[in-house]
Amino acid sequence: MTRDQALFEFLCRMGDNTLILGHRVSEWCGHAPVLEEDIALANTALDLIGQTQLWLGLAGEVEGEGRDADKLAFHRDAWDFRNLLLVEMPNGDFGRTLMRQFLFDAWHTILLGRLMTSSEPRVAEIAEKASKEAAYHLERSADTVVSLGDGTEESHARMQAALDYLWPYVGEMFVADAVDQAMAEEGIAPDPASLRPEYDALLGRVLKEATLIIPDSHFAHKGGRDGRMHSEHLGHLLTQMQWLQRAYPDARW
Amino acid sequence: MYAQMIKTAGTGVKSPEEMTEEERRFQARVDANEKIEPKDWMPEDYRKTLIRQIGQHAHSEIVGQLPEGNWITRAPTLERKAILLAKVQDEAGHGLYLYCAAETLGVSRDELTEQLLSGKMKYSSIFNYPTLTWADMGAVGWLVDGAAIMNQVPLQRTSFGPYSRAMIRICKEESFHQRQGYDIMMKMAQGTPAQKKMAQDALNRFWYPSLMMFGPSDKDSVHSAQSMAWKIKMNTNDELRQKFVDQTVPQADYLGLTVPDDHLTWNEERGHYDFSEPDWSEFYDVLKGNGPCNVDRLTARREAWAEGQWVRDAMLAHARKKAATKVAAE
Ligand SMILES: [Fe+2]
Ligand SMILES: [Fe+2]
Ligand SMILES: [Fe+2]
Repeated sequence: MTRDQALFEFLCRMGDNTLILGHRVSEWCGHAPVLEEDIALANTALDLIGQTQLWLGLAGEVEGEGRDADKLAFHRDAWDFRNLLLVEMPNGDFGRTLMRQFLFDAWHTILLGRLMTSSEPRVAEIAEKASKEAAYHLERSADTVVSLGDGTEESHARMQAALDYLWPYVGEMFVADAVDQAMAEEGIAPDPASLRPEYDALLGRVLKEATLIIPDSHFAHKGGRDGRMHSEHLGHLLTQMQWLQRAYPDARW
Repeated sequence: MYAQMIKTAGTGVKSPEEMTEEERRFQARVDANEKIEPKDWMPEDYRKTLIRQIGQHAHSEIVGQLPEGNWITRAPTLERKAILLAKVQDEAGHGLYLYCAAETLGVSRDELTEQLLSGKMKYSSIFNYPTLTWADMGAVGWLVDGAAIMNQVPLQRTSFGPYSRAMIRICKEESFHQRQGYDIMMKMAQGTPAQKKMAQDALNRFWYPSLMMFGPSDKDSVHSAQSMAWKIKMNTNDELRQKFVDQTVPQADYLGLTVPDDHLTWNEERGHYDFSEPDWSEFYDVLKGNGPCNVDRLTARREAWAEGQWVRDAMLAHARKKAATKVAAE
């Protein structure tokens, strides 16, 4: 694996996370529990799609085979996607959507912070822009997790169930493979495992305030970020997202 | 126009002799283009009519998210997806400004929402039509937002201060909505044969429903006369509809699309287009709940509200707990 091949993989991981999560969040449009949340969810999705354009745009550039961000988003099949399993999980209720968002935002913010000092200036530049948005997302999702966790009996039970359901998808964020090793050696991106202490501290703080209990298990589902085995959900998401591009390949939009 | 068939409260325009002293002073302020603010004295019927009108307008913004939201997950490029998301987010924001304006008249957002969900209050008939192809995202921006702008630009000068200010903010964003819609139409109309077909089909389906947005002719209505005297309605429905047709037909020509009206002709003498009226019996059917999407739209809103109950309860409960801990700590 050359440096650029590894960099391409890494950039797809970044861009596919924001693409798939942005898609999921946008499914809420017009259906949120309160108007302010509708606006906030649309805003989050919008930021994530914007970040996708940057990450996948750069991925296409690094690959050098004439694929742009749209080509990568709309013309790859599930096994070429490199997102975490976490972000392709269905929305569930509002509580689960926000719990997923929080679990992602916490990791994303820490990672982007490190990427701001990447040895690859184009990565550092995107990270700088994205980290401002991610910090705002984290503030919101953490606040919401706290209010709903420490709200009513029902909301507490729903949030605990959401955390229990999503927890096995957290571990994948911190497992390194050859791509990560190459990125770390080049000083482009940190070793994923090195983010865990800060992540655990942040989660511990917020979830304690939310009166929620972190499951006592380190089991982790894997297969998203290396594309080895996605969930069944991703294929359905792609049928919707890619349909127009696939059905009318000669059209310009 | 997002407010249709608003029933004006009261008995019609009063002559100065029929008015009380307060009413005369109020009308003089309106006539002098002064803004009426929430704390000012106002006739009860003015307040009631405004609540109906602003409320219906707000509901239209909210329900209006649904037909466009229908395509966000299928948008054909990342840029189109981002633009559409931004647009739908704006519409939710418009709903928020308008509910806030209505709240200054003494009705809460929750009360208005309950009235929407129970069917007591309406939203614009246009949102009861389905969005079936990507070209519909173009048609909605171009025609629906275009028609809304026709109505909302004059309402920036409306007599009620909070409504006027909400309209000024909203109009700034609406022109971006219309432009992005026209831009989609342009791409489609100049695209492949399949895309052109989608564009023409979208215009065919949205043309008459867009004309209906202005409501039936009201030039002889006593209610309209009262709303116009209060400056909460600035033009007759026919005036706005004509203006819309005059503006839109050349745009359709430019796109190379055909407006689905055999009687459409330029009338040199009037300096306007002559055009066919929409089928008003269809309009009344839609208002009665029999449009193609009435049931789906209201169901979507009712489910969102019902399924969000636990969230709203929890947020309230948490805010109370926090306030209580703060008090205890003091
Ligand atoms: Fe709007
Ligand atoms: Fe609108
Ligand atoms: Fe709009």
